[in-house]
Amino acid sequence: MILIHCPYCDEKRPEIEFANAGQAHVARPLDPSSQSDEEWEAYLFIRANPRGRHHERWRHVHGCGRFFNAVRDTVTDKFETTYKAGEPRR
Amino acid sequence: MTRFSAFSLFAKALGGHQDWPEQWPDAAPKPAYDAIIVGGGGHGLGAAYYLAKKYGITNVAVLEKGWIGGGNTGRNTTIIRSNYLYDESAHLYDHAVKLWDGLSQELNYNVMYSKRGVMMLAHNVHDVQSLQRHINANRLNGVDNEWLTPEQAKAYCPPLNISPDARHPVLGAALQRRGGTARHDSVAWGYARAAAALGVDIIQNCAVTGIRSGADGAVEGVETTRGYIASKRVGVSAAGNTSVVMQMAGLDFPLESYPLQALVSEPIKPTFPCVVMSNTVHAYMSQSDKGELVIGAGTDQYVSYSQRGALHIVEHTLAAICEIFPIYRRMRMLRTWGGIVDVTPDRSPILGKTPVKGLYVNCGWGTGGFKATPGAGDLLAYTMAKDEPHPINAPFNLDRFRNGRLIDEAAAAAVAH
Amino acid sequence: MSGFRLETGGRVDRGQSVQFSFDGKTYQGFAGDTLASALLANGVTLFGRSFKYHRPRGVMAAGSEEPNALISVDRGAGRFTPNLRATNVEIHAGLNAFSQNRWPSLKRDFGAINDRLGMFFPAGFYNKTFMWPRSFWEKLYEPAIRKMAGLGDAPTAEDPDTYASTYAHCDLLIVGAGPAGIDTALEVMGSNKRIFLIDEQDELGGGALADPSLWPWLERSRKALIDAPNVTILARTTAFGYYHDNFIGAVQRLTDHSPDNSDSPREKLWRIRAGEVVLAQGAIERPLVFDGNDTPGVMLSSAAKVFANRYGVAVGRSVALMAAHDSGWHDVFALAKAGVGIKAIIDVRKDVDSALTQEADRLDIKVYLNHSVTGVNGRHQVTSIQICNNGDNLSARMDCDTLLMAGGWTPSVHLWSHSKGSLAWRDDIGAYVPDQPNENVRCAGACSGDWDFGSGAIIDVLPTLKDQSRIKAFVDFQNDVTAKDIKLAVREGFRSIEHIKRYTTNGMATDQGKTSNLNGLQIASTALAKPVTDIGLTSFRPPYTPQTFGALAGHAKGALFQPTRTTNIDGWADENGAVFELVAQWRRARYFPKMGEDMHAAVNRECVAVRSSLGIFDASTLGKIEVVGPDAAEFLNRMYTNPWKALEPGRCRYGLLLKEDGFITDDGVSARLAPDRFHLTTTTGGAARVLNMMEDYLQTEWPDLDVWLTSTTEQYAVIALQGPNARKLLEPLVDGIDLSADAFPHMAIREGTICGIPTRLFRVSFTGELGFEINVPTAYGRALWERLMAEGARYNITPYGTEAMHVLRAEKGFIIVGQDTDGTVTPFDAGLDWAVGKKKPDFVGKRSMARPDIVASGRKQLVGLLTDDPNVVLEEGAQIVADPRQPIPMTMIGHVTSSYWSEALGRSIALALVAGGQGMMGDTLYIPMPGKTHEAKVSGMVFYDAEGARLHV
Repeated sequence: MILIHCPYCDEKRPEIEFANAGQAHVARPLDPSSQSDEEWEAYLFIRANPRGRHHERWRHVHGCGRFFNAVRDTVTDKFETTYKAGEPRR
Repeated sequence: MTRFSAFSLFAKALGGHQDWPEQWPDAAPKPAYDAIIVGGGGHGLGAAYYLAKKYGITNVAVLEKGWIGGGNTGRNTTIIRSNYLYDESAHLYDHAVKLWDGLSQELNYNVMYSKRGVMMLAHNVHDVQSLQRHINANRLNGVDNEWLTPEQAKAYCPPLNISPDARHPVLGAALQRRGGTARHDSVAWGYARAAAALGVDIIQNCAVTGIRSGADGAVEGVETTRGYIASKRVGVSAAGNTSVVMQMAGLDFPLESYPLQALVSEPIKPTFPCVVMSNTVHAYMSQSDKGELVIGAGTDQYVSYSQRGALHIVEHTLAAICEIFPIYRRMRMLRTWGGIVDVTPDRSPILGKTPVKGLYVNCGWGTGGFKATPGAGDLLAYTMAKDEPHPINAPFNLDRFRNGRLIDEAAAAAVAH
Repeated sequence: MSGFRLETGGRVDRGQSVQFSFDGKTYQGFAGDTLASALLANGVTLFGRSFKYHRPRGVMAAGSEEPNALISVDRGAGRFTPNLRATNVEIHAGLNAFSQNRWPSLKRDFGAINDRLGMFFPAGFYNKTFMWPRSFWEKLYEPAIRKMAGLGDAPTAEDPDTYASTYAHCDLLIVGAGPAGIDTALEVMGSNKRIFLIDEQDELGGGALADPSLWPWLERSRKALIDAPNVTILARTTAFGYYHDNFIGAVQRLTDHSPDNSDSPREKLWRIRAGEVVLAQGAIERPLVFDGNDTPGVMLSSAAKVFANRYGVAVGRSVALMAAHDSGWHDVFALAKAGVGIKAIIDVRKDVDSALTQEADRLDIKVYLNHSVTGVNGRHQVTSIQICNNGDNLSARMDCDTLLMAGGWTPSVHLWSHSKGSLAWRDDIGAYVPDQPNENVRCAGACSGDWDFGSGAIIDVLPTLKDQSRIKAFVDFQNDVTAKDIKLAVREGFRSIEHIKRYTTNGMATDQGKTSNLNGLQIASTALAKPVTDIGLTSFRPPYTPQTFGALAGHAKGALFQPTRTTNIDGWADENGAVFELVAQWRRARYFPKMGEDMHAAVNRECVAVRSSLGIFDASTLGKIEVVGPDAAEFLNRMYTNPWKALEPGRCRYGLLLKEDGFITDDGVSARLAPDRFHLTTTTGGAARVLNMMEDYLQTEWPDLDVWLTSTTEQYAVIALQGPNARKLLEPLVDGIDLSADAFPHMAIREGTICGIPTRLFRVSFTGELGFEINVPTAYGRALWERLMAEGARYNITPYGTEAMHVLRAEKGFIIVGQDTDGTVTPFDAGLDWAVGKKKPDFVGKRSMARPDIVASGRKQLVGLLTDDPNVVLEEGAQIVADPRQPIPMTMIGHVTSSYWSEALGRSIALALVAGGQGMMGDTLYIPMPGKTHEAKVSGMVFYDAEGARLHV
């Protein structure tokens, strides 16, 4: 069970307090109706799924309830950093 | 190829088993092939076999970065069934089940396909509705699946707890008698041996590092750790690593790879006659020919290639098993392991052409790829040979994520009101 | 010496005799014995039968690496445990143990025929045969294989024992309490670090327990550690798995060593999060590979020393040693000093340290250098061995009753490997040792490859004059894998060690290859003529030793497997005979049968009561979310398909929620209490999902919106009063709310009190009748319910359950998300066009509804279905076809989503998803069921009071 640092609580807590929320920085288009089918498909479904450095979202669902972003290596499962939603991509 | 039989086993035994030949040669890559399969799991080896056997393309290489059958083929719980809801899925998986039947004889390799029956449990009114919808759809699709009362379910699988006082009582079950299990490693080895006998090169320890395409965008070959190999037809069947391989061709895929754990108990004498699955309680179990209880656990919630799962997943799985089969509470877990499953947004596979000419893909089988092995291999071979999908795999295209024609079995079993 | 018990020595309590039984025969041992040591002391050498060949097997080791001596223990009904290692089972009065995998008896085992026929069962034999005739596989071959396979018998009754689990945190976790582990603990003890010291054995000491010279030190150390307040010692505790971020799973065995069954937990799962981990798991001695090395009486030399020094048991009267390593010599010297008769030392090496030969000389032990054991005589017990001079190939027989093997040592890197630490190969010891850590962990003592056991030669198979293809030289003793099996695998083209392992099953037995992996690697390396490091290493996977399902399941059993959520009114329903159903995590009353009523009769009566007078329903399970803030309306406008901004305070609206993929995920009626405050309701199963989804959009897509979301599901009990007399019942009980139709119309909310309790009173209806949903603080739910029941008696108030609720709503064509929709249904498919705000530029899911397949014709649409025979109630989930005469596979155009008997209409009704259904009104469709095909006509979805006259009263 991995340990995750919640940037809002500023504490490392066990994974079972958190819910993974998929790839990070997949912003919802401001005007979805202007999107082509391809663009909308990319927003909905296309994911990076990298072997290595991965930007992902977590929610501290059994803690403060906040969504935040993380950079984690998907081969070692080790976190590089976590940061608050809205902060620039790291 | 030395034919396997009781007689050859007997004859070779008299010679101390000294003159068994290699089951498949350890091939070195040639400069070019008519077709290349990336990924030496059951699906990829099956595709190579069918390319050679059914479609006459024998100058084929299977490139495996490690050892064949070492990925999800060798890391699953070997469940075989085809009682899927949607027509597209039922046809796809039933195509595989039909090929499973007789596969040992076709390959001259006992893959130990055992039609022990797969029983899916209903624990609430919603489950009953959902399973009956499956049964009705299966019946009209010609796929066997029948409803059992709790008592009938218990008669079919005596360890089952059907007490109405259980936290998740058993209200009934759907049974597919043709469902069952097979021996996973044998499937990979059997296809490898049969494919090699037809001229296919099985090349292990050969990782693909790049996909080369020409000025027209069509595939020309692959870069590997053992040099460049040319081919105008490349089929990728790399399960959890598909996204990584597809990136080499500049393609982003609707896939995410998650760790999936499974476990076995110590071997015991025959006690569990079939396969039982419960989606509500999250438990899947059968007993192997060796005597181990084979148990499927859940996926971890995050993308990972570490093949290292978390303990709480195993805890939950065993709690679920003990709920449904309380007599096994004293049994002991012998071994756990993790695979990497590639999951699509609708949890159905992608099997067909890609936007790159000459590049074909077979991926996204999630937790259910083993049962499809012969079918996926055959359909990938067909698609590569004809440069167009077979009607069975045509719906499992990439376009569906753009046009919305998803095949979402899990959504159909949606959580209730 | 009585039997094989030495006159003195050992740590057993000779004053405390213990009577136990094995295969029905009674034996005596001492407190402190294991089953293995006690049986050996009684001269028992035959413990079990091997997996495949059913060969007689004795004890090979003294610890958890034991591959042979697997037994079952029966502690009474439901307390039968197979596959325990006799070397780990502590004896106690009344212990009832049995051998396994034999029939009819251990001595005369019918299955031993496999041994005679062994030449026909090489590795992978099952891949090569049993294929003809085809039907025989399932009927004959597979059942026969299954019966022969397996080890112990399966349990047959539910385990009455309980299991506990806990979390623990420490600064330093030391795994293994041998000298290295204890030294580490002693070093750190003075700091204020919280230290956990865990060991799988019943007492601390590890290897020191077999070395009396260390016992004074051990006693002092043990006492110091026990007295240290910052040290927690867990004995009988196996660290079985090393998971991410220094998270270690361990199981403590609490009761199996005591004679009596008790109510206290049998085992306890410890989940330990450690700042730092020190692995001090020691090393495991390697057997040697030669013909007959599995005969009872052939065992590891270190094990013989443990039996002598720790348990005071001589493993034989005439003991020979086959050594490739110095450690065996030291063991034999220790045995000689303990009074065990030593026959000879045979060493495969030409030269050994002269100190060893001198000591042998001094102890008068005969030494054969450059010799091998090439055969073992005796079936249930060694009677003699064949030894051969590897220089001149001269062979001789040597009488002895026990043969020890000293093949060198394998560091226990299991947990290190779980933690994904890397390994490095060391040629000098022929083993992998820990290299680079992946967690905050280090190794201490023998498990890091550091030891003072001396040195040895690395041997794959002992030299022999025999034809190597004809001998049975075991590598994996439990799985009956021989050296020639591994060579056969290599010959057949299996080159990776993972392939060799899977083809031969080497290392896949219950001992997980503890004694076989390295020998297997060496043999494969020789056969492939490649260095070991080119063949790879099979990865170790948790658990280190097998662990009980029950311990891992822990408290999660029965009601605690998953808590059942119940409402405040649930107790009343229970006391009044309700039949319940499980919906998501909730338990809900399905119907309230009166004496003699079945579900059908009860539901009909409940429905009639609602339509004719008054029904009462517990709707507390509906999800509730309080949405507050200046941007609350804007937020809901973006989330739901329909417009929310213009909704006036005091009014309600049906909300339809899509996922971003355009498919319906939830619905519910919500009320605007104030310009900046909404009371949302969701489906029972969707509450958490919807809140999470809303939080996601609010926090990450629209953080600029000033809105707060709070789950209030459990804050309110909700009682639905439905029926023509609902207002009449409420009027005298409610204060502060004008209930008249004009002042309080359908789809409105008012706040006031009922029976003095503050309430949010909704005027809504899921039945088509005049209806109210009374929200009161949860704690008042049952009290209010009982008051309403009492006051409502004059209207024949009737409690109804979810089944009647379903019928009543279906009569009105109201959908249930998850039943009439299935995650592939859009609002247009469901006939809910009216709930989609056409003028809204955007809402969640809107763009997806413009995708090509979603706007295509022929999509499945929700419609009503009326069977031609009004008495036929279709099966929910039944499939629909246009042409019933087509062959299988048929083209199915839809399925029945809801189907009921409607007492109000005197006929059956159904809802169905049908391709193009909304354009098929009046068409006849067919529902082929086994034995009968039903006919039905497509209809609108509203079957009752289509104009809604009953609502607006």
